[in-house]
Amino acid sequence: MKQRLVVIGNGMAPGRALDRLFEQAPDAFDVTIFNAEPRVNYDRIMLSPVLSGEKSFDQIVIHGDGWYVKHGVMLYKGCKITKIDRAARTVTGANGIGAAYDRLIVATGSVPIILPVPGHDLAGVLTYRDLDDVEAMLLAARSRGNAVVIGGGLLGLEAAAGLREQGMNVTIVHLMPTLMERQLDPAAGYLLRKAIEARGIPVLTKASTKAILGTRKVEAVELADGTVLPADLVVMAVGIRPNAALAKDAGLVVNKGIVVDDTMRTSDPDIFGLGECAEANGACYGLVAPLYDMANVVAAQLLGDEKARFRPAATATKLKVTGIDLFSAGDFEDGKDREEIVLRDAARAVYKRIVLKDDRIVGVVLYGDTADGAWFFDLLKKQADVSEMRERLIFGPAYAGGGPLDPMAAVAALPDDAEICGCNGISKGKIVAAIAKQGLTSLDAVRTHTKASASCGTCTGLVEQLLKGALGDAYKAVTVQAMCPCTELGHDEVRRLIVARKLKSIPAVLHELEWKSSCGCAKCRPALNYYLMATWPGDYEDDSQSRYINERVHANIQKDGTYSVVPRMWGGVTNSTELRAIADVVDKFKIPTVKVTGGQRIDMLGVKKEDLPAVWADLSAVGMVSGHAYGKALRTVKTCVGTEWCRFGVQDSTRLGIRIEKFMWGSWTPAKVKMAVSGCPRNCAEATCKDVGVICVDSGYEIHFAGASGLEIKGTEILTRVKTEDEALEMIVALVQSYREQGRYLERIHKWAKRVGVETIRRQIVDDSERRETLFDRFVFAQSFSQNDPWAERAAGHDAHEFRPLADLTLVAGE
Amino acid sequence: MTLPDWVDVGGFDEIPARGARVVATPSGDVAIFRTADGGIFALRDRCPHKGGPLSQGIVHGESVTCPLHNWVISLETGQAQGADSGCAGKIPVRLEGKRILLSTAAISVTAAA
Repeated sequence: MKQRLVVIGNGMAPGRALDRLFEQAPDAFDVTIFNAEPRVNYDRIMLSPVLSGEKSFDQIVIHGDGWYVKHGVMLYKGCKITKIDRAARTVTGANGIGAAYDRLIVATGSVPIILPVPGHDLAGVLTYRDLDDVEAMLLAARSRGNAVVIGGGLLGLEAAAGLREQGMNVTIVHLMPTLMERQLDPAAGYLLRKAIEARGIPVLTKASTKAILGTRKVEAVELADGTVLPADLVVMAVGIRPNAALAKDAGLVVNKGIVVDDTMRTSDPDIFGLGECAEANGACYGLVAPLYDMANVVAAQLLGDEKARFRPAATATKLKVTGIDLFSAGDFEDGKDREEIVLRDAARAVYKRIVLKDDRIVGVVLYGDTADGAWFFDLLKKQADVSEMRERLIFGPAYAGGGPLDPMAAVAALPDDAEICGCNGISKGKIVAAIAKQGLTSLDAVRTHTKASASCGTCTGLVEQLLKGALGDAYKAVTVQAMCPCTELGHDEVRRLIVARKLKSIPAVLHELEWKSSCGCAKCRPALNYYLMATWPGDYEDDSQSRYINERVHANIQKDGTYSVVPRMWGGVTNSTELRAIADVVDKFKIPTVKVTGGQRIDMLGVKKEDLPAVWADLSAVGMVSGHAYGKALRTVKTCVGTEWCRFGVQDSTRLGIRIEKFMWGSWTPAKVKMAVSGCPRNCAEATCKDVGVICVDSGYEIHFAGASGLEIKGTEILTRVKTEDEALEMIVALVQSYREQGRYLERIHKWAKRVGVETIRRQIVDDSERRETLFDRFVFAQSFSQNDPWAERAAGHDAHEFRPLADLTLVAGE
Repeated sequence: MTLPDWVDVGGFDEIPARGARVVATPSGDVAIFRTADGGIFALRDRCPHKGGPLSQGIVHGESVTCPLHNWVISLETGQAQGADSGCAGKIPVRLEGKRILLSTAAISVTAAA
């Protein structure tokens, strides 16, 4: 014959115990349940969403009627047991119904505490415990009147928010100085209070209830300080106490709750205590997680697993009020042996606090952003040593994940919607999906299919990690990044081989270095053209078909296919003749926009391509030359007015700037080069964020380089200090020539410096005077082939095919 | 007056190898490309991406890279290559000796893209 199991109470804890029991031994027991509430087992935690109207009762049912039928459980709804006869092993209810048991589970839960103040028994004073309470509150809320919630803990706040949602004017009265003081520290409590008040719910703290006023039904709440709050409804949510009266009457040992050992047995070994009514290790529990743990132990013990033991673990709390994100777990009292990590973002109302003891998390409070709650709680429960990731711990698993040496884990921990490529707005999810769906195996393939890392390239490392994460060891990061898909060779090898094998034309490079494509591509050809030009000045014939359109036509293409024209203004200095010529050109060619650039010159935008040679001819007529604003070349040398006008200037910065520009203009470089000369350390020419900059000082010139103020922002490095203009020029020229010889195509000076090393560059340019002089000489030699004004040449008819259509058939059709 | 089927738009040598020239037509600009090995192709001078002038791009193999955002377009089909998709209209073109002939039907006003 089957054993008879009787359960008094039909809450979540016994429900879970029975689930476990039926999973493992569906036929071991005949089960009878007595439920004082006239209904099935439902999720009490979800009562607040029912109160606020977000859920219906049906949606929070855990075991529907079918479940009881399926498992052959006899459920008495609305039947309160009044007596346990341990000798006879029976239980009896008020209406005479009863049952005999072999094993008994007492799961009578808890009862809400009612403050014994005058008027506590008036109609309209409710507690917040079960569905009946919720239904009574919903009924009262129809009046749209005033409600006072006594108690600012979890339940009180949820009740208040729900009633407010139902249209009542709600006030919270709380005895303690801050809300939810058992789960929150004062800072989080303060934020919570602000959020609650922002919903139109006034909060009175340190407020003690003196009396509930009214004749037949509640009318007001009077506080100890004399305040009287009008109220049509009072909800007392000041706490619970274990419901142990029945067990006590039966002679079981009862303290605060029904005393159980760690097998969940009461003082009678055939009777288990379970849930909020039970007291284990001197503590009672009200949160669901430990109660479920208790339930698992009861089920295991019933099935004969005598080793099953209840071990109280840390618990986590979440407030179920829509729009307020709050998470708390563990213990967060201050203490001498404790340390804390706090993050506050007042603007976003985010507060995070982690309490550590011996490098382990003992408490977590999250307010405003609780996404990482589960992760912190997991670390807390595992008692994981967090010393390795301590610095980034507070930022959550996305940043702290695998410790400082494992960027893989950090990337792996990023959510799918985390943006990887800022330029093209590509998220992690998109990249991972593309890798999986299209079977991508290389960085290049990811770039082609997603555009991620295809623009500025700062996210390349992240993308490679995603590839590695997806492909594991199958992904071999190419140690040397190939120039382009046409070759496996990197930029440096190609340069080296051009010199070593004396390759002097693009076809020679493609052939000798076994290019995989017939004539290269739009990535490698411009690079090769530059390398050949920089390596063999005078010998190599520039291949204009391997230049980007801007460099081919010596103007900047705009989005509508027109061009912009920027003439040189040496050191940013101009005069009336030049300005007049510009004005005339603007009028003559109806140039729509004239704009002053950041590099101290004038940009004419919207010039038709066929007009370019004529525009240049007019500018050349007054001596103006190309500003190379379109090229991987020396752009501007920005200056301030220096000693010539400025009362602070210590050197003639304008003169030095002009001298540098006139010496170096026309030279091609791996990427654009912008310079500046400031006449004193006040640095009005902003020289310390340029590719090359000079700060004039009393004693001479401070040479700077490797600054950036574009996609990246970076202050310059100091190359050296020199006494004279001549020395300054020599240093700068040698530096730029070194960059021309070592820089990879499209690699700005600061990136080159980072790759080669600032110290190395200093050694090569500053310390090694012989090398400096050779570099200088090589630059001067190269300049003898490149300081021809490309504009004047084209105004005179060079490359005329670039600027006019092959044929114009529009007139033919008009005939 | 009826237009001839093909119209002479210029000489082969007027286009640089791995280069392009533009022919202005009633239905908009047409880019004529000459590849490294002497092939001649014609496409509408508008990248399917943002309308960039393909005639200004770098010609490599039988493709051109748009000067605005580096889309690679097949000269043979006008289709965007790789992961991009879109098509720059292809215009019939042929060589007769050293002369480049363009289809008149394809460039008349009614043929506007």
